[in-house]
Amino acid sequence: MAKGNRPTSEVNSGSMADIAFLLLIFFLVTTTIANDKGIAMLLPPKPDPNQPPPEVTKNDRNIFKILANSQDRLLVEDEPLEDVGELKEMVKTFVLNFGKPGEEGIAIYNSMPPNVKNYINANGRRPDYSDDPTEAVVSFKADRGTSYELFVQVLDEINAAYNEVYGERVGITAQEFLQLDRKDPDQDKMYDRARQGIPRAISIAEPNKASGG
Amino acid sequence: MAKFKKKTNTSNEIPTAALPDIIFMLLFFFMVTTVMRETDIMVKQQLPRATQLSKLERKSLVSYIYIGEPKKPELYGTEPKIQVNDVFVDVDDIILFVNQEKDKLSEAERDQITMSMKVDIDAKMGLVSDVQQELREANARKLLYSSIQRIDR
Repeated sequence: MAKGNRPTSEVNSGSMADIAFLLLIFFLVTTTIANDKGIAMLLPPKPDPNQPPPEVTKNDRNIFKILANSQDRLLVEDEPLEDVGELKEMVKTFVLNFGKPGEEGIAIYNSMPPNVKNYINANGRRPDYSDDPTEAVVSFKADRGTSYELFVQVLDEINAAYNEVYGERVGITAQEFLQLDRKDPDQDKMYDRARQGIPRAISIAEPNKASGG
Repeated sequence: MAKFKKKTNTSNEIPTAALPDIIFMLLFFFMVTTVMRETDIMVKQQLPRATQLSKLERKSLVSYIYIGEPKKPELYGTEPKIQVNDVFVDVDDIILFVNQEKDKLSEAERDQITMSMKVDIDAKMGLVSDVQQELREANARKLLYSSIQRIDR
């Protein structure tokens, strides 16, 4: 019984890395990183059948109208628009117009940092745009035949404009504003300061029943 | 200049003994993050691209609605259809679906239910807005238009 004659009882672990690699590659290929991101929106509450729909009392200049037809063409403020990318700047100018600000509007204007004030004085004060941000409403109406792609693009542009306004108000970019974590008290305060007084007033109208050109 | 020509006695091999451990670490990471899909999506899903995306806060509150052209046109035709869970449904059945999903949540969280709309870019707004009307009716007002981050700009 000579002990030294026995073969070594160790398992050969040299190929362990190869086995692990094989498994790793399997999981790498099957993984789909969850892409649950999107444009968040809150639908209006369902209409009360006992009450007539509220009448629009807003001044026409306080409503920024965007229409899309079934050929995916846009009509913005009664003028055709070819490039969706221009919408963001238009909506931003519309919201930050301060044409005839009320008391609240003046307070908001005073709370703006200097670069935004410069922007307002350079581009704003148009008589056909909104009185002040508290009054401004962006209305978007799509046709039943409008493609979902265009719908999301337009919605994205409007949201981009609002996020830029909010971000600039507290001195950050739109992306940084979106990533503010409301569980953190500091960031929550910043979020509230950015949003205060400027509602994200996006109205999505129901499409017409008929799908005309 | 002799200083620089000094020979080193250290071996210049990288020790590879820890390689399996590193690979295992990666392996476990991917094993843990992998979520096997439980529903089979039967409609085409080419999500739109957008820039202003926000993340979903809590996965447990989210239900999915898939809209798009069926992947098997010979069976289901080419008209865009609505899919929830594993079946195609009509617009009228959305309320039922929402209520089923709400029943799965606790009492306090029912109002916070979020519907994630995964809609193909070729779908038309008519169908999407019909679904939205039903969601309003079912009082599930939080909505997320699922889309992919656009890189440009």
